[in-house]
Amino acid sequence: MRYSILGVGLLMAASVVHAEDKPILTVMTYDSFVSDWGPGPAVEDAFEGFCECDLNFVAAGDGAALLARVKLEGARSEADVVLGLDTNLTAEAVETGLFAAHDMAKAALDLPVDWTDQTFLPYDWGYFAFVHNADMADVPGDMKALGSSDTKIIIQDPRSSTPGLGLLMWVKAAYGDDASAVWEALADNVVTVTPGWSEAYGLFLEGEADMVLSYTTSPAYHLIAEEDDTKKAALFSEGHYMQVEVGGILKSSDQPALAEAFLSFMVTDGFQSIIPTTNWMYPAAVPEAGLPDGFETLIQPEKPLLFSPEEAQAIRASALDEWLNALSK
Amino acid sequence: MAERAQQIGFGTWVGVAAAVAIPGLILVTTLAIFWVAEPGSGLGSSDWAAVRFTLWQATLSAVFSVALAVPVARALARQRFPGRGILVTLLGAPFLLPVIVAVFGLLAVFGRGGFVNVGLVWMGLPEVSIYGLHGVVLAHVFFNLPLATRLILQGWQGIPAERYRLAASLGMEAAAVNRHLERPMLWQVLPGAGLVIFVLCTTSFAVALTLGGGPSATTVELAIYQALRFEFDLSRAAFLSLIQLTITVVLAMLAFRFVRHPGFDRGFDRRMVRYDGRRGVLPYQDGVLIGGVTTFLLLPILAVVFRGVPELWGLPTQVWTSALRSVLVALSSTVLVVVLALAMALTVVRLRRGTWVETAGLLTVAASPLVLGTGLFVLIHPVANPEALALPVTILVNAMATLPFALRAMVPAYRGIEADYGRLADTLSLTGWARMRLLILPRLRRPLGFSAGLAAALSMGDLGVIALFADPETATLPLQIYRLMGSYRMDDASGAAVLLLGLSFGLFWIFDRGARRADV
Amino acid sequence: MLTFKDVSYLRDGFLLRVDCTVKGPGISAVIGPSGGGKSTFLSLIAGFDLPDAGTIYWGDTDLRPLAPGDRPVAVLFQDNNLFPHLDVLTNVALGASPLARPAEDAKVRAVEALGRVGLSGFENRLPGELSGGQQSRAALARILLTDRAVVLMDEAFSALGPSLRVEMLGLVTELLADRIVLMVTHDPMDAKGVAGQTIFVDAGDVFAPVETAGLFANPHKALADYLA
Repeated sequence: MRYSILGVGLLMAASVVHAEDKPILTVMTYDSFVSDWGPGPAVEDAFEGFCECDLNFVAAGDGAALLARVKLEGARSEADVVLGLDTNLTAEAVETGLFAAHDMAKAALDLPVDWTDQTFLPYDWGYFAFVHNADMADVPGDMKALGSSDTKIIIQDPRSSTPGLGLLMWVKAAYGDDASAVWEALADNVVTVTPGWSEAYGLFLEGEADMVLSYTTSPAYHLIAEEDDTKKAALFSEGHYMQVEVGGILKSSDQPALAEAFLSFMVTDGFQSIIPTTNWMYPAAVPEAGLPDGFETLIQPEKPLLFSPEEAQAIRASALDEWLNALSK
Repeated sequence: MAERAQQIGFGTWVGVAAAVAIPGLILVTTLAIFWVAEPGSGLGSSDWAAVRFTLWQATLSAVFSVALAVPVARALARQRFPGRGILVTLLGAPFLLPVIVAVFGLLAVFGRGGFVNVGLVWMGLPEVSIYGLHGVVLAHVFFNLPLATRLILQGWQGIPAERYRLAASLGMEAAAVNRHLERPMLWQVLPGAGLVIFVLCTTSFAVALTLGGGPSATTVELAIYQALRFEFDLSRAAFLSLIQLTITVVLAMLAFRFVRHPGFDRGFDRRMVRYDGRRGVLPYQDGVLIGGVTTFLLLPILAVVFRGVPELWGLPTQVWTSALRSVLVALSSTVLVVVLALAMALTVVRLRRGTWVETAGLLTVAASPLVLGTGLFVLIHPVANPEALALPVTILVNAMATLPFALRAMVPAYRGIEADYGRLADTLSLTGWARMRLLILPRLRRPLGFSAGLAAALSMGDLGVIALFADPETATLPLQIYRLMGSYRMDDASGAAVLLLGLSFGLFWIFDRGARRADV
Repeated sequence: MLTFKDVSYLRDGFLLRVDCTVKGPGISAVIGPSGGGKSTFLSLIAGFDLPDAGTIYWGDTDLRPLAPGDRPVAVLFQDNNLFPHLDVLTNVALGASPLARPAEDAKVRAVEALGRVGLSGFENRLPGELSGGQQSRAALARILLTDRAVVLMDEAFSALGPSLRVEMLGLVTELLADRIVLMVTHDPMDAKGVAGQTIFVDAGDVFAPVETAGLFANPHKALADYLA
């Protein structure tokens, strides 16, 4: 027993020595990205295959926690690349002055909207949507129909989760000044508000509600990973708000060239082909082989909704107040 | 007790050091956040609403938990039946559950599709909704009733068998036993038990929000989360944390003021036989009570087990390695807790005004894990790589979070030992390690085993600060469960939850039963 | 020789004053009305309480700075004289060797002491398995092992029956003949039976020890009131 522990220790020491020969690229991202079943391991293998470097992931909770972590570490951060902020947070991220501009303005992307951000580059995206069981009767066709129905929904708190914040933006983008009224109509449909996506989705799967706020791509997971076609996303006529997940380079990086290389790699097939069936989102640049089988069954919203990062930042506080007022009654 | 020629030994100094270092660490982490904070928005009306809701739900939760625990503990104390010991241990399970697992268990019983509502619909009655303040309180009672029951049951076991014999020989009815033996004991035990549960409920976050049904169920902890994560308003987060700590300190001082020490002397460890529980309807009444509470506490857990067991075999290897990591973290935390709790209990008893030591221990429950974690991060980041320290920090924080329970269980027992045998030990020059080894440890065996078991189990289930520090190689089992849930893998998550439940409970069982087996 | 020099002790309005000398060896009875200060008097000697003023000397040694365990004093309490979780042998051996693992020769001496109090063969029993008289004997055996010159007995045998008590007092007289024994008792017969001297304690005043037979033959007023 003792010898085997010693052996493990020696192996570890050896691997450390070995690793020191190569430059290290540190990528900070959210938790679910780095797990065995997330994109992390495959991305690492693919990038290390040609970069002559050692790719190191650092996980920091969810998307919102990521920005807080970046701010906490400030210019002393050991991370070179930050992966996983979304456009509701990027304006604030730019304001920190910690991020450097990237060099890939002309990267070929397949987003439903134009991408002009000079600091952040998207790697995947999705539409928010209410997910329900296929056998559900009278699936509402928009927020107002949902509000006037007695359909029970579970949503996430915009103060602690990015999908929750996304729904806030969705209602605001679709209904503007009427958002408040829409929320008041929705209030009696809301079974409960969870702190994060995981709890909400879990509650939905346990039958606590008819619908849950998630993504149009959620049914793809059940279909592809579980061969279960009983989950559907509801198509809403007012359009669907998008979540675009991005990567950016930190100014304080000691490997700027490697970081730039990683961002380039991020929008190539090597990275993009991993995304659909590990992160269960749309790749930002569809790989040559196309999307995996099953994705063609997903609903295709006709009206993508997305605030610019600056708009999103500007309306967040007032939208949050509207939400709080409507749901606290 | 009048002053005595006390010897302040090594252990006492360790206790004092711990009692100073713990609030010190909490204060320093909070100050560290102020240090890096830019001027923030200050506290708004919604923050005060969160404070009010937090206090209100915590008060209700503590009152209901304790009020229900008293008859349950009394029933368990005066009835003997086969399997009673196992039942007592099993009843501790909810307290050891990771929050999210417990919530799912509760929903399997009380949720929209749960047993209760299915039953109600079957009987043609309207469904009841668990979501709302009552749901929050229900969940908190579910979590804390076992803890309250155990703490109070220990009080009952602290009444010497000789007293009950005397009561029986006098032909005292249950009411008289209650008045003369039990009520003085309850006065000693209840304020502390209620306080611990209250404080525990003030830092509630996921339960309050998930079952609260909406943003009106916003707790201080959620406000802190929002301030830290979305607004990066560090000073507001630190302020909120200070408010939480202040409330705890004030309450702790109030509660300890009312604590009485009836000074039960010890008998000769005779096995306790209760005579007063054998009359009339009492056995039936107690039986119904014990049965009801068992159902309430175990049904949600069984739901979790049945849901997860079939998934156990398909779990990814990452889950198993993090399970091993969690066990090692838990055992390390346990050692730390036992040493700290022993030293601090010693100090509480030895120093004339020692209750501040216990208050200091209690602060760790009131401290927001988020603020603590962030503060530690701010402190560590400039000098070391936080990932490298993820596990030591987790061990430390877990130990600190469990310390108050260990103290609550050990201080009264320790005090009793010193009251009964302190003078004898003094005249024999039984000091230092010899006193610990020959007097304190053997007589403290039960609360010590309970504390160690609790520490191990809570460290297994506690997410604590690991989320802030962990990299892929240092994830603990609870964090892994969240990661599974975050990637649609609810089935794997339910399997991992059963694994976590089994390991937590197994560790608790080994320590707690191991310590109690010898004297039954 | 125990000397009390202008000792006073005030607690909750109750004042105890001692100014006398107890010479040994031999048994001194400590008698007097309840609440008069007998137990407090013993506590001051044992070191559980400290005097507010005055000094207590053992020979030339000032006892005040010494912790209870460092004083030349052994105590037999009314109850809780034995640790219930330790066997009789360990309980007794602690008298000579208060260590986590009592020394071997302490155990040998403990076996011998148990023999002297008539408890041979009880070494491995737990105190809860002994009768009241046997518990008292075990506690006495431990005192034999201590080399403490002063033994305080605070109603140590009050729970025993009359014949058992007489038997225990006889044992004390026989085994502790070389020590100064201060024995609190409520029964004047105990004092008359075994105590060469008697100390009367009343309303906070500790009277100097007086030869027992003379005291009872010709009691002063306070004693007469107490005995009446």
